[in-house]
Amino acid sequence: MTYTFGLDTFGDRNGDGDGVPLSHAQTIRNVVEEGVFAEQVGLDFFGIGEHHTDFFPMPAGDLVLAAIAARTQKIRLGSAVTVLSSDDPVRVFQRYSTLDAISGGRAEVIIGRGSSTESFPLFGYDLADYEELFEEKSALFAELLKGGPVTWAGKTRASLLNQDVVPHTESGPFPAWIGVGGNPESVVRAARLGFSLMLAIIGGRPARFAAYSQLFRRALDKFGRPELPVGVHSPGHVAATDEQAKAEFWPRWRDLVTLVADERGFAIPTEESFDWDTGPDGSLYVGSPETVARKIAANLRVLQATRFDLKYGMPGLTHDQLMTNIELYGTQVVPRVRELIA
Amino acid sequence: MAPPPRVAVLGAGHVGPVIARLALGAGYPVAIAGRGDPADIALIAELVIPGARPQWAADAVADADIVVLAIPLRRFAEVDPGLLSGRLVVDAMNYWPASDGVLDAFEQGASSEIVARRLAGAAVVKALNHIGYHELEDRARPPGAKDRRAAGIAGDDPAAVAAIADMVDRLGYDPVRLESLRAGRVLQPGGPVFGAVLSRAEFELAVREEARSLA
Repeated sequence: MTYTFGLDTFGDRNGDGDGVPLSHAQTIRNVVEEGVFAEQVGLDFFGIGEHHTDFFPMPAGDLVLAAIAARTQKIRLGSAVTVLSSDDPVRVFQRYSTLDAISGGRAEVIIGRGSSTESFPLFGYDLADYEELFEEKSALFAELLKGGPVTWAGKTRASLLNQDVVPHTESGPFPAWIGVGGNPESVVRAARLGFSLMLAIIGGRPARFAAYSQLFRRALDKFGRPELPVGVHSPGHVAATDEQAKAEFWPRWRDLVTLVADERGFAIPTEESFDWDTGPDGSLYVGSPETVARKIAANLRVLQATRFDLKYGMPGLTHDQLMTNIELYGTQVVPRVRELIA
Repeated sequence: MAPPPRVAVLGAGHVGPVIARLALGAGYPVAIAGRGDPADIALIAELVIPGARPQWAADAVADADIVVLAIPLRRFAEVDPGLLSGRLVVDAMNYWPASDGVLDAFEQGASSEIVARRLAGAAVVKALNHIGYHELEDRARPPGAKDRRAAGIAGDDPAAVAAIADMVDRLGYDPVRLESLRAGRVLQPGGPVFGAVLSRAEFELAVREEARSLA
């Protein structure tokens, strides 16, 4: 079994350590350094999730990934996720096939419906069309990935007739995943269209997603598709000790969740709920390298998954704290997980 | 002893399977319906909701004592009111523009009252809408458990409210009955208990404080 390990960021706006946020521009430059460092500490993947807010100023992650590509040789680079519903599948394909060209075949894409929906009003899409937009656009994206001329008709963008979409990739389709947050119908869709499955687990017990992993495999079988990997994306923070990691992460997590709670229907976190989330049954990977490694290994096993992407950072954490997190994750957590699941 | 009521869950997305699993765990026979052909959700039922019977919506409803609406509210317009006439219906849906977009039909008034007006022949009870689907299963506890949480139930038909209070109790939450469907507005997005997982005492306090602030 080949396991791969990555890091994801939403471009979480950095703090200066005294509670003052750094500029959007400096945060973006720091993300470039973090991506380059991710390769240096041996990680397999670096992903950037699309967001459009003051605390996640990261609408054009593909540009940032291109900058990282120019300074790295091995690490795979991708979106985590691209909100395909409010984008144009043709342009997404073009941006990531361009990234694939720049990086010498290291591009990946994770598409999603978007659980943060700020891109809909921004680009003039109606949230009432949420399902239809994603259904049509993910089907078109699957066609584009095949690489040949595309013929497609639908309601959500202009039709295509035997259209050659450039640039062509050099070595076939790049890996493409659908990020799923808990809707079994989305799991079946990923299998039907031939995408790998990325389980975004940000609350509750990770183990409850085990049925989704089985559902995905059975659905692939039903649709006559070859086996495809299952991955896990979850938030976390690694520091030297459990106490330090929790002390750094907690106030940032509390503030962020409180800020988006109304819009997303999240409960306001308490220290008690945070202890549960960071404990063995929860879905936050916050702690020392050993604590985090054990939790990752246990959940990969339960979920029959072969890829783990840690969504590192949180608005307000400093660039130095993030670099320490990346270093510990790459040099201690991942080797320890590999040992535990061998 | 009477056999347990038969439950039909309409919706196989985020919320429907969670409620269906809780109901199965509590001993209810459960049918589940998606948008169309039950064959489309057969795998989901088998692996994610083992024990639930996938059916066409009309068949599931015809055999059910309790119908749970767990579809996105924007799809409520597709539901045939005639199908639900004479039924006990749990409205687990929410009108949540930040997440689902603006729906003109729900801009004027409270969502469950609008649902009830359209389903005039049904007894509509608002319940199971205010605890997130990530948490609904994890936080369920048997009666008497120290860390048991509360769930609100609102409706205008006392017998229907009593039946759903009993179901919510069996599903793992302390049922808190509100005096009318209108009073169930406190359970909506933006209300004091939406998205929160509270003990009965905390829940009742939050509802009282909201009532005071509106008085």
